[in-house]
Amino acid sequence: MPVLKVEHVTKRFGGLEALKDVTFSVHEQQIKALIGPNGAGKSTMFNLIAGADKPSEGSISFRAHDLVGRPAHAVSRLGVGRTFQHSRLFDDLSVLENVMVGRYAKTTSGVVTGVLRLPRHSREERQTEEAAARALRRVSLADKAAELAGNLPVGERHLLEIARALATEPDLLLLDEPAAGLNEEETARLSTYVRKMRDDGITVLLVEHDMGFVMDISDEVVVLDYGRKIAEGPPLMIQSNEDVIRAYLGEEI
Amino acid sequence: MSFEQFIQYIFSGITSGSIYALTALGFTLIYNATGLINLAQGEFVMLGGLMAVAMVALGLPLPVAFLVAVAAVALLAALLQQVAIRPLLPKGVLAQVIATVGASLALRTAAMMIWGREALPLEPFSGDTPLRVAGASLLPQTVWVVGLTLVIVLVLQLFYRRTLTGKAVRACSINPQAARLMGVSYSRVVLLSFIVSGVISAAGGVMITPISFMSYSSGALIGLKGFAAAALGGLGNPMGAVIGGFALGILEGLSVGVISSGYKDAVAFIILLLVLFVRPQGLFGARVVEKE
Amino acid sequence: MTHRGPEAPELTSASSAGRMGDGAAGGTGSPPAVPGAPGRGHVSGGSGGTPGRAFARRNAGFVVLAVVVLCLPLFVSDIYYLSILAFMATRFIVVIGLNLLMAQAGQISLGHAAFVGLGAYGSAILVTKAGFNPWVAMVVAAALSAAVAVVIGIPTLRLKGHYLAMATLGFGEIVLILMIQLKGLTNGTDGITGVPPLTIGGLDFSEPKAYHFLVWGVALVVFLLAQNLTSSRVGRSLRALRRSEIAAESLGVNTSYRKVQVFALSAVLASIAGSFDAHYIQFVSPDQFSITFSIILVTSVVVGGFRSVWGALWGTMVVVILPEVVKRFNEDAVNLVFGLMLILLMIFTPIRFGWLDGLRKRLRRGGGAPSTPPDGGRKRGG
Repeated sequence: MPVLKVEHVTKRFGGLEALKDVTFSVHEQQIKALIGPNGAGKSTMFNLIAGADKPSEGSISFRAHDLVGRPAHAVSRLGVGRTFQHSRLFDDLSVLENVMVGRYAKTTSGVVTGVLRLPRHSREERQTEEAAARALRRVSLADKAAELAGNLPVGERHLLEIARALATEPDLLLLDEPAAGLNEEETARLSTYVRKMRDDGITVLLVEHDMGFVMDISDEVVVLDYGRKIAEGPPLMIQSNEDVIRAYLGEEI
Repeated sequence: MSFEQFIQYIFSGITSGSIYALTALGFTLIYNATGLINLAQGEFVMLGGLMAVAMVALGLPLPVAFLVAVAAVALLAALLQQVAIRPLLPKGVLAQVIATVGASLALRTAAMMIWGREALPLEPFSGDTPLRVAGASLLPQTVWVVGLTLVIVLVLQLFYRRTLTGKAVRACSINPQAARLMGVSYSRVVLLSFIVSGVISAAGGVMITPISFMSYSSGALIGLKGFAAAALGGLGNPMGAVIGGFALGILEGLSVGVISSGYKDAVAFIILLLVLFVRPQGLFGARVVEKE
Repeated sequence: MTHRGPEAPELTSASSAGRMGDGAAGGTGSPPAVPGAPGRGHVSGGSGGTPGRAFARRNAGFVVLAVVVLCLPLFVSDIYYLSILAFMATRFIVVIGLNLLMAQAGQISLGHAAFVGLGAYGSAILVTKAGFNPWVAMVVAAALSAAVAVVIGIPTLRLKGHYLAMATLGFGEIVLILMIQLKGLTNGTDGITGVPPLTIGGLDFSEPKAYHFLVWGVALVVFLLAQNLTSSRVGRSLRALRRSEIAAESLGVNTSYRKVQVFALSAVLASIAGSFDAHYIQFVSPDQFSITFSIILVTSVVVGGFRSVWGALWGTMVVVILPEVVKRFNEDAVNLVFGLMLILLMIFTPIRFGWLDGLRKRLRRGGGAPSTPPDGGRKRGG
């Protein structure tokens, strides 16, 4: 059974149809890419999957769970993590604290235990800090743990956001333009990270404009244009697909 | 309630509705230009009225006092925009709310220090012998208020739709980048919006003072109700603001007959909460302002 | 905990991250080994020593404050100054709650006087008209305030920016009108007199110095608990949702729930403060709870700064003491000064705080000013 099933999803904003009858699936430990020219509806699709918005028609399911109608925090708790285009970091929190927020759903101490400093809270906080520190070490950001997230350069912001999303222990990770603004070396490192994620059991769906990165790393590619799916298949097949080439004509790839 | 009473309530409702409409328009102009809600809008109304009182006390004839009061508030609005609003625009909504709340408090207190705590009267524009219309009595001042309000709305309509400057302003709120490329100066548009907003609010303040007097604290309530009217009509929608203003005034006026006068003020706030909770885009759809 | 160097770009799945470290056992661990951890060394106690000493080390500032405050009656005997200190204590309690709402959670309430009023009127009515024990009345009034906060908060806190501000303003005005109109219950504009002072057993707290210890005792406990909250998991989630609700939601934070929760908490604190004041002044009336008062409460939070709960203390001190100074020059000018302070503070604040998401989104759509970190222009976002 596929990890993610998107079926006949349509999204309308007033009179505008941002997505029309889109259907695709993502299978266990696949790396799948969602590409398309500007305005094709890719980020909209992410928002629908992650629960930040609701489709006008169609269904989205994650394993056995129906995602439509669930609030974003519930979708996250089911095991779907995401990053954002233009990273939405907590800029005035430290790098470490950003990742610690990622452990939120794995801990339970609430207002009472926190306010009264009960042992359970201290224990959970310690565990959270250590888990967060480990996550930072893996993206090589441990030395910046105390730094304000807002001070990080672009490449590290992406990594931090990925580390934060990974801290939620997701089964499916949605990466929104993870390579935006990265140079070649950083992009290569990102590729390594994403492959390692897959090897560790995470399924990845990503949106990206960097075609080199997409072709290099994806098992399959879905192409959207004006909200419709125009092609789906392995990268090589997509590259030579006429409809895809036509859609991108005029766009700088 | 008898028919005469009903008409009476409608008349008083249309009167206050005019002021709400002007205040709501004031909010709308500034919102469309900057995306910011000027929580000191009510103070423009209040200062218009009190300025006119002061000018009359200095011996100026009423029409001149009217003009001077309006001009003074326009100047104040321009000053507020240059000194306080401009640096606030990049600071985020929370900062803007807090700062305009502060401006409202400062202006209110300054007015109290200058004019005292009493509600001050102004002479009606053309005497106070009531006219009898449909069995109810209508103050001539009411005719002035509603009439001038409609004239102002009409003039603004013509200005924004027919003149080049007006179109430039509207272009700015629809697509600031394109407008800039066409040579429209965004900062001038903002300044103009503040000035016009000040003018119409102050005019409303002068007009209403002969009927309901004006004190330093009148502005706060008028401002809130003007916002309720703008939200009811759809924030950013000028026609909505005017219709919302009159609708709110009439509902308020009728509520005096149906419930009691003590709860009259609550009507506006309940409508405000209902709009915000149930249909934030108002009756006619609010604008999403593309802010600079 | 071994440290892997940067040459090993190892990104294992969160399954390893999930392996719960056993860490240090029990309460005598070491101070946080992890840099960047939020302050006050909340990871278990300090390195050995009694819990009391560990507490003092972590909360040095608080201990100093407590000592200073509790020793003040030794030096101050003038009833006037003692009453100012008493007002400062209850005001402090309200502002702490509002600080949690505004500085931590990034919301705003321009109608918080309503909750202070609910507490004051609740206590006054229950005690003078229904014979309740004052302490029980205080708890009941606080519960009522919490309930009102939840009912109002659920629809209101879905709003953002000026809509949220206006909704809270409207709410405040409605409560004020009810205070005036429900004459049978509240005596309308005359207010309720004869509210008895608080007592515990035989101890009567109408004596100023005794009251000082009571009310500042409560304030200090509230302060400490609030600090605990901000440096806790919940506090962190509040700061996260303040910065970006969408990101916080994507990490499993139920932002609506948390916002309403902190709103209710701030309402409870306001209510308790209102109850204390009612028993101290022994009189409640509607004009004690005007919109201007709400604005002054917000001023206290803003003036004190958004960095920590200490801001509530500084803000309260300024807002209570400043009028005493300004009064010598001009009786009426106080609010003018507050208004100008708000404007100036906002103009000169370097931080772009609150509703950053909304602002960013609008800037991007408008295509205007550059917003966030330039992404080198090499890869265009979609």
